[in-house]
Amino acid sequence: MSEATGTARVKRGMAEMLKGGVIMDVVNVEQAKIAEEAGACAVMALERVPADIRAQGGVARMSDPDMIEKIQAAVSIPVMAKVRIGHFVEAQIIESLAVDYIDESEVLTPADYTNHIDKWDFKVPFVCGATNLGEALRRINEGAAMIRSKGEAGTGDVSNAMMHMRTIGAEIRRLTSMREDELYVAAKELQAPYALVKEVAETGKLPVVLFTAGGIATPADAALMMQMGADGVFIGSGIFKSGNPAHRAAACVKATTFYKDAKVLAEVSRGLGEAMVGINVADIPVPHRLADRGW
Amino acid sequence: MRVGVLALQGDFREHIAAAEACGHQGIEIRTEAELSSIDALILPGGESTTIIHLAQTFNLFQPIRDRIRNGLAVYGSCAGMILLADRIIDGAKDQKTFGGLDITVRRNAFGRQVDSFESDIEFNGATLKAVFIRAPWVEENGEGVEVLSTAAGHPVAVRQGNILATSFHPELTADLAVHRYFFDEICKSG
Repeated sequence: MSEATGTARVKRGMAEMLKGGVIMDVVNVEQAKIAEEAGACAVMALERVPADIRAQGGVARMSDPDMIEKIQAAVSIPVMAKVRIGHFVEAQIIESLAVDYIDESEVLTPADYTNHIDKWDFKVPFVCGATNLGEALRRINEGAAMIRSKGEAGTGDVSNAMMHMRTIGAEIRRLTSMREDELYVAAKELQAPYALVKEVAETGKLPVVLFTAGGIATPADAALMMQMGADGVFIGSGIFKSGNPAHRAAACVKATTFYKDAKVLAEVSRGLGEAMVGINVADIPVPHRLADRGW
Repeated sequence: MRVGVLALQGDFREHIAAAEACGHQGIEIRTEAELSSIDALILPGGESTTIIHLAQTFNLFQPIRDRIRNGLAVYGSCAGMILLADRIIDGAKDQKTFGGLDITVRRNAFGRQVDSFESDIEFNGATLKAVFIRAPWVEENGEGVEVLSTAAGHPVAVRQGNILATSFHPELTADLAVHRYFFDEICKSG
């Protein structure tokens, strides 16, 4: 019996198992347990949620391995962790902890303003953010096994996630309507490899799972993203920065499954308590917008 | 045949596509009403804790248990195997299952995601490419359970009467052998 680990199929397949689910940011064991009990399909272990990173400023880095291992020990669902864009040593460290997925994330301060991590070098799969199709395909070309639209993390404002999902969807639909001989120029314009552009044109979807992230704060936000074609959602600050995290977490899980059923959505939207306060993306000065990190 | 795929979370679309490639109608199941209309049920890969949580919340837990015990043909892959097992090792706190399959399943038995693998295995007289993702294995099985495949010395495909379960994900490959076995050998005999 020949066994192959770390193959593209195994990495991408892991993301297939997360579909229809909610991945929640957690900063300690207690939150991780609340997330698991609420039905999260995975947790993202990090020291500060994006809203706090935004509020406190400074350089944001990978989390302490101690903290990540405590969360791994506390829950049975997959555990993800973030590394800085381009910081392949942080990725080596996180991989050595046997984390289930690495998020090469714009929420942390980038370590390299030119290159992302060569993700083919790793056995652990990576998820990367994207604001448009070209960016998504460049990340896949570097070995990302899952894509999430970026949104604007730590705001509770869903408008950027919406814009990124619409952009990615529109660019995919455009490719599917093109003549084959037009795809060469399309690849040039998208700044993405021709082979991937051709694959998307033929299949009408990304070759990997597409989640959405950034600014999702309510069950209705989660369902909105699912109706926009997301395979699942990441919720960062939206849960544990709200009034009743356990209740809101469970409500978002239900809304992600029953995203087309307005009666269920109405039911789970009742009595959730205070949502995270939130910031309008328009009020954030452009240099402080996280979604613009990554290229 | 009307093949329901439990669509609460996980890779249910891939199982629907496999059912349709075998010439059957694939139906997403999220409610008790939808459950009552089907001839066979597939429990997909995904997070077993999430799926069972949603099944309990949306009143599907008992109806699915009852239909399995009343002889509905059912197939579970990976998380689906866990959901069909009578007993779990390394489950979440108080993790429940639909049960019906007289096995003890070990959750994440092969390790974490970095240990996930693909491998050629024997199934029903043929070799197929099996994809194992944070996969469980069968730690112990009762006398009535037939072992169809093994990996690392443990059963990874088992059958007991109307119930089929695999640790791996045939829905992630183009090989329909496991789905065909389920439809042709289990559903037809029921």
